[in-house]
Amino acid sequence: MSQILDTYRGLKLRDRMAAAPAWVRKVGLLLVIAFAFYLPFLNILPFAYVRTDLTSRGSDWASVLFLVVVYMIVAVGLNVVIGFAGLLDLGYVGFYALGAYSIALFGSPSSPVVEALQSRFGLSETWAVPFAACIPIAIAMSLIAGVILGAPTLRLRGDYLAIVTLGFGEIIRITARNLDNVTNGATGITNVPTPPGPEIDGRSFFNTVDAERWYWLALTILIIIIWLAFRLEHSRVGRAWLAIREDEDAAAIMGVAAFKFKLWAFAIGASVGGLAGLLFGSKQQYVEPNAFMVNLSFLFVAMVVIGGSGNIYGVLLGAFLLTYLPERFREFQEWRPFAFGVALVVVMIMRPQGLVPSRRRAREFEDRKVEAEEAAADA
Amino acid sequence: MPDNTAHETTVGGATTVAPDTSDHEALSIHVGPQGETLLEIDHVTLRFGGVVALNDVDFSIKRGEILGLIGPNGAGKTTCFNVMTGVYTPTSGEVRFNGKVISGTKPHKINQLGIARTFQNIRLFPEMSALENVLVGCDARHKTSVLGALFRAYRVRPTEEQLPTNPLRRGFARVFGISRHTMEERGGRIKAMELLKFVGIADRAHELSRNLPYGYQRRLEIARALATEPELLCLDEPAAGFNPAEKEDLMDLIRRIRDLGHTVLVIEHDMKLVLGVTDRIIVLEFGQKIAEGTPDEVARNPKVIAAYLGEPDDAA
Repeated sequence: MSQILDTYRGLKLRDRMAAAPAWVRKVGLLLVIAFAFYLPFLNILPFAYVRTDLTSRGSDWASVLFLVVVYMIVAVGLNVVIGFAGLLDLGYVGFYALGAYSIALFGSPSSPVVEALQSRFGLSETWAVPFAACIPIAIAMSLIAGVILGAPTLRLRGDYLAIVTLGFGEIIRITARNLDNVTNGATGITNVPTPPGPEIDGRSFFNTVDAERWYWLALTILIIIIWLAFRLEHSRVGRAWLAIREDEDAAAIMGVAAFKFKLWAFAIGASVGGLAGLLFGSKQQYVEPNAFMVNLSFLFVAMVVIGGSGNIYGVLLGAFLLTYLPERFREFQEWRPFAFGVALVVVMIMRPQGLVPSRRRAREFEDRKVEAEEAAADA
Repeated sequence: MPDNTAHETTVGGATTVAPDTSDHEALSIHVGPQGETLLEIDHVTLRFGGVVALNDVDFSIKRGEILGLIGPNGAGKTTCFNVMTGVYTPTSGEVRFNGKVISGTKPHKINQLGIARTFQNIRLFPEMSALENVLVGCDARHKTSVLGALFRAYRVRPTEEQLPTNPLRRGFARVFGISRHTMEERGGRIKAMELLKFVGIADRAHELSRNLPYGYQRRLEIARALATEPELLCLDEPAAGFNPAEKEDLMDLIRRIRDLGHTVLVIEHDMKLVLGVTDRIIVLEFGQKIAEGTPDEVARNPKVIAAYLGEPDDAA
């Protein structure tokens, strides 16, 4: 393990990339993006071994890619909360669920909410809120939920915040299951709308068979979100988050509105989570509460922490590994929880700052370690 | 590896401070008439349970002066700072700044009103470079919000010299302007660099602040506080751990800060420095003000001498 990592360090990819001329970086970036778009059709040996549908029991390759990208969106959003602002959010699945439920409740003609609207305003039975209007609704719902959750709880620090958010994730799921006349309870909501598009071969553009189109859609959204996340990181907002993480009291005295920026981090994370949930719900065309169990929250946090919190490339890698590997090695399905646990323990022992850590976060980690050792020596 | 050697490098060995080459015109701030009352500590008492940290402390600071706050250890000097900067709310009495009551206001709001401070035990952001530390201070005066940084929709019309050199971008900037985010980011960097020059540490602007030598860290704290454009700058033992030559430099720096238009309040143990640089001195002991006056008056005040040297046994 460490040998592999040493080789990686020896390459000094990050430094080389930073030292390369601008056009090399741009062309490199374009090639990576082009390759990502080409991935669903990758069928040349030996590269095709990355595909997940090589055996008859394997899962559809493009669908796996779609899920990977949705979880990447989640990881980038959660990274704003955990990596940038340093707030441990264990209830992220709540926002993901809210996004999925927003499109289901407002976009599906058979949802109780839309049915109530239909009878109230005398609309036809096939009427529902258009898909395009569902996107702002989903983002707004999860953003408002983020603010409602954050406003009272962000005064808490560290572990206390984690406990409260953990509760929030469960509250959303349990509410969705028990609010029968709004969410159809455990039955869930069917007929969740898909994005509009031209009909091809008699099928709508976004259908259940051609999963690569979903993948391209999610990938496009992911790229936009990564771009925006970089903008935030390299602005006064990113600096404020870093200052809060390092010394909140000193930051406040230097004029950083700590609470405001923490709340923004929470709201941004929440709306990105909601957007990912919307994509997920729309692709499944079916939303039910059991898809948003609390262990999904832990998986999300694991993606960020294993990948390297604070580093966008790191969390992308984390999301990829934790989603792709279990799908690729489905043959060993019964070993999955075991392998997952071992991998987590190994990473936490060998590389607690994550596989591709943010340099600052890695140093902060070292500092905390030294402080802890000194405190232990004193005691 | 954490760098614990920073403290050793300067103790004994004198660090030479680069001469000030900054643009004073750009750094000076615009303030009201000199000599007016800027800050009033109005009969402030602060209790922690049974402990009285400040007992009916009452003094004021005039705009444009350098005021010294001295007293033996535990006299309540730093507590006094904490009350002024919003860390503590006084149990009774109030603090007024420019005539406005600020006791009970949040620390970042107080900073926005125009009070900045440094810390006795240095509290920089260790993983940021020196320049970034100062930029955090500059951000206190920036208006870009989260949405502004994300979408950069708020445009500003640039002046001729602010236009980019690339002809394509130049044309774009002419038509659509430059986003306020970009303008502030650029302006902040220039100002931060000037401030680092002003305090004399610009040569190591891009080093992580934790790796800077002790004397540099002290000066960096001052630069970071100055970046928030405070009317009142409070320095908490800025000369702690300095050798005589460095103290001399610091006295010069404090005077130059005053010349930029800032009012300076300085807590210090070193009597030579305090007597040398301040216009007026307040003396605290056991949370109470025991003397106030010009350096000469204070130095001759028997109460102050007693507080510092102890009363002779046969005094009474």
